Amino acid sequence: MKASAFAYARATSIGNALELLAAHGDKAKVLSGGQSLMPAMNLRLISPELIVDIGEIGELRGIALKGGVLSIGALTRHADLLKSPEIAAHSPLLTTAVAHVAHPAIRNRGTIGGSLAHADPASELPACMLALGAIIIARGQAGERRIPAKDFFRGIYETALSADELLVAVELPVTRKNASHFFDEFARRQGDYAIAGLAADAVVKDGAFTDLHLAFFAVGDRPVLSNAACRLINVVITPALMADVSAALDEELNPHDDQQATASMRRHLAKVLLVRCVSTLLGRTDLDARAA
Amino acid sequence: MTTKPAHREILSVLDRPNSYIGKTVPRPNLDRLLQGRGLYVSDVELPRMAHVVFLRSPHAHARIIGIDASAANQSPGTIAVVTGKQLAAVITPWVGVLSHLKGLKSAPQSAIAIDRVCWQGEAVAAVVATSRAGAEDAAEHVTVEYQELEPVTDMRTALDPKIPVIHPVLGDNLAFERNHDAGHVDQAFAESDEVVETEFIFGRHTGVTLEPRAVVADWNAAEARLTIYQGTQAPHMVQNIAALHLGLQEQQVRVVCKDVGGSFGIKVHIYADEMATYALSKLLRRPIKFVADRVESFNTDIHARDHRCMGKIGVQHDGTIKAFEIDDLTGIGPYSMYPRTSAIEANQIVNLVGGPYVTKNYRARARVVLQNKNVMCQYRAVGHPIACSVTEGLVDLAAMKIGMDPVEIRRRNLIADDAYPCASPSGLRFEKLSHHASLDKLLGMMDYQRLRAEQAELRKANIHRGIGIATFIEVTNPSAAFYGVGGARISSQDGVAVRLDAQGSVICQTSITEQGQGSESLTAQIVGSVLGVSMELVRVILGDTDNTPYGGGTWASRGAGIGGEAALQAAKALRKNILDVAAAILQSTAAELDIVNNSVVDADDGTPRIELKELARIVYFRPDTLPPGIQPELMATRHFVPREYPFAFTNGVQASWLELDAQTGFIKLLKHWVVEDCGTIINAQLVDEQIRGGVVQGLGAALFEKCIYDERGQLTNANMADYLVPMAAEMPDIDVGHVVSPTAETELGAKGAGEAGTAGAAAAVVNAVNDALRPFGAVVTEIPLTPQVILTALARI
Ligand SMILES: Cc1cc2nc3c(=O)[nH]c(=O)nc-3n(C[C@H](O)[C@H](O)[C@H](O)COP(=O)(O)OP(=O)(O)OC[C@H]3O[C@@H](n4cnc5c(N)ncnc54)[C@H](O)[C@@H]3O)c2cc1C
Repeated sequence: MKASAFAYARATSIGNALELLAAHGDKAKVLSGGQSLMPAMNLRLISPELIVDIGEIGELRGIALKGGVLSIGALTRHADLLKSPEIAAHSPLLTTAVAHVAHPAIRNRGTIGGSLAHADPASELPACMLALGAIIIARGQAGERRIPAKDFFRGIYETALSADELLVAVELPVTRKNASHFFDEFARRQGDYAIAGLAADAVVKDGAFTDLHLAFFAVGDRPVLSNAACRLINVVITPALMADVSAALDEELNPHDDQQATASMRRHLAKVLLVRCVSTLLGRTDLDARAA
Repeated sequence: MTTKPAHREILSVLDRPNSYIGKTVPRPNLDRLLQGRGLYVSDVELPRMAHVVFLRSPHAHARIIGIDASAANQSPGTIAVVTGKQLAAVITPWVGVLSHLKGLKSAPQSAIAIDRVCWQGEAVAAVVATSRAGAEDAAEHVTVEYQELEPVTDMRTALDPKIPVIHPVLGDNLAFERNHDAGHVDQAFAESDEVVETEFIFGRHTGVTLEPRAVVADWNAAEARLTIYQGTQAPHMVQNIAALHLGLQEQQVRVVCKDVGGSFGIKVHIYADEMATYALSKLLRRPIKFVADRVESFNTDIHARDHRCMGKIGVQHDGTIKAFEIDDLTGIGPYSMYPRTSAIEANQIVNLVGGPYVTKNYRARARVVLQNKNVMCQYRAVGHPIACSVTEGLVDLAAMKIGMDPVEIRRRNLIADDAYPCASPSGLRFEKLSHHASLDKLLGMMDYQRLRAEQAELRKANIHRGIGIATFIEVTNPSAAFYGVGGARISSQDGVAVRLDAQGSVICQTSITEQGQGSESLTAQIVGSVLGVSMELVRVILGDTDNTPYGGGTWASRGAGIGGEAALQAAKALRKNILDVAAAILQSTAAELDIVNNSVVDADDGTPRIELKELARIVYFRPDTLPPGIQPELMATRHFVPREYPFAFTNGVQASWLELDAQTGFIKLLKHWVVEDCGTIINAQLVDEQIRGGVVQGLGAALFEKCIYDERGQLTNANMADYLVPMAAEMPDIDVGHVVSPTAETELGAKGAGEAGTAGAAAAVVNAVNDALRPFGAVVTEIPLTPQVILTALARI
């Protein structure tokens, strides 16, 4: 469990990092918090020739609020998100969600940029980006691209980033009036990657949804923003409607079998999450079979 | 001369003034470990030391056609690439059998596979280099040509005639079978009002030690001596076996065991890669270090508990249990492990099922089959969790069938507390157990009636909680009956030497070992108490075959009971010697003197007469001032082994309180209780933490831990992300209580406590889950109880 030998460069600026990436192509790997990259290297699952450490690039760090947009630098650590009063006030879904990411030691190093670039389908933060309608900002030597979250995640560990681009920041609209959120996941142990999870952003008025974004994770090769959930907007929700939406959700998911759960168990859990989310956000315990 | 006051005679050596027995005192080794000054094998660095990495088979069963190391030999820092054939020149193969396990068979196993690999992870070559990373680099360049063979993976079909025989010389894949038939089983079932039968399935798992297995072997050709630094539970066993297979005398092998980061039975065996490391040192004539990495740990540390057990119970409507019957099947990998064998676990299950109960009607069959998976062998609480889960699962199912409370059926069938000595249906002899007192204590601790009321109330709100109870017995303090009688050179006796040094401090050498249980602490407590010396003045030396008496080490819950008694007897002998010298110096008699607080005192009124350091000064430096004819002996050695009972059985009972999410299959453990009876408690905190740690390992088995093999014999979760160990967040509070029935076989009265927690924890959880599932009419008898298992039982997926 020792990584193969590799060269190491500490990038001094975004420009310097991009030069190194352009020069070495896919033989180079960006090092951010190292919490996914280093284990993979130690297991010799990957053996990059050059590691480009972006940890010292100050521009990539920090959380800023500007004109209704929350901008989060790629190097912002999970622990920083968890503690940030700006995030708690303007994007409380993230505060809730990030507490489910791994354990304190990992949250102290792991970064939002690393998590999104890594694009593990069972990760919490990518789903939050979908639910919140985030824009992911990538920079290459040719310039900057603003990629909506729904176009960013392409598959297991696959994103719209190219090998010579750097994820520099994400932008999120701040939370709206009457907004509420829901986050839950099923993991075998606290801190484990989820077997199934749901990040939801909603606006509730007079007991009904006026807006609803449900992003399921660990139930496909990338986080899934449910279209079926739109049918719950501006209607009185009945058990029959829930059943219909649940069936439609099933069509949208494409979960896999693994050691933790079969695909059918993941589908089942996603539907449980759907019901729990709706009944919690609307205060409708009658919709949840648990309380029936 | 004054006569002794009467009360002094009823005080045992343990009740002396300032006794440490029964007290929670800090461990002497805490500061050292907490300040990072421990010495684990990985910390050992020797001049010219090289590192070995084992190239391991990717196949479960394959013929080795050829090994090409030419490219690896060119890799920077490479010292040697050694194959099994080359290594066979310095080390002989072994066969893991014992004569008292009649019919047990296994095939010769080599340190490195020679022409065939029998499990995924078996070493095929050793790559030795100047660093671990360099050796890993070189290993990538060794090419091995394999011809894949059909693997035998499913224990249920391993004995089918169409399935290949792994070792043709053995004739079949059946390593061991034991049958036991006591009482009148058929008649008892025929007479039973109800008979319940079901299959219990247990996940293969392993004991994940924080520190992996590690060895530094240092062959000193000039001295013709091999020094082995190894985290082992049994240094003298390692010495014997290393010598035997390397063609050396035992005195040519020294085994040094400093700090050990967890063992749980994993480090009580002799592993092929460790043997290879000793041999490599001899072959290459330099120190060689082997530290298993996490992936190899999962692939090569012994696994355990892969069992499928049919169980049957007959019961009357009044709750009387009429009979138990089991048919157990286990797959142990391709070889029986050396030297303790892989038949012990199944054998224990036959021994232990039904053990807490009065019925004498018991039939059992256990079959142990070979397969192409990693080897299985003894892990903490060997066989107990399975025997307990089967017995207690059956008792609960019987209670459910006749509509009786699980506590009530146990009350009616547990052996009465005044019925001892007596024997179990499998012939185990019990000196003194306390099932009823323990159960009563447990019910009080958990407030059973209130909990039942709470459960009923919550059920109305669709909250499903369950209560599970599991009674158990535990084998501790094993005599020679365990291994010695079967021909294994594994000592069942232990020795302790104590000596007073020139400043009145005490040096104590013991043959038991420390892997975190607190062996050092309990030894110092006993010696300090018996001698009348402060614990800080007692230095305990262990884990070095050159510097301790000969003995077994620490395993099978034997350290305190056996090593502790040897320490007590040695300290008593030294105390007598000291008092004899003191009497001569003080012109008194030994009977009139005592030792308290590091001084010899008048026995009657405690008046200090001479400090031990002064006595030691006279003895060592001014013996000329002693009366003629006195030869002080300020060192005493005693050994101990139980002779009367082959094992000191302990007992206890556990309870689990949990909540089941019937929609998701997730289980939340809310609380766990244990009452156990390990006889005399030397250090309450050490005992309680042994129990808690043991419970956590049992809970891991109940909910999380499983080595998942595919049908080709590939271990698919050999890492800490996919193999789920229990973690703090999921663990409930664990309350521990005690009932104390000392064994009369020793003056100390201590039995073992190391495995009690593991023995019953999973059984309590499974029973609690079935209790919670009751409204759904579902029953589960398979662990780990994953959400997948529960949802399947509930027919939700
Ligand atoms: C035990 C354990 C448990 C975990 N549990 C969870 C969990 O429950 N949920 C979860 O979401 N995560 C979990 N993680 C992963 C953790 O959240 C990581 O922090 C995260 O996945 C990657 O972030 P990082 O900063 O460490 O990235 P790194 O490991 O440094 O990099 C990850 C990948 O992203 C690339 N990369 C990093 N930054 C950039 C960038 N700015 N631009 C372009 N490419 C970049 C790297 O080249 C690499 O390929 C766990 C990790 C561990 C070790």
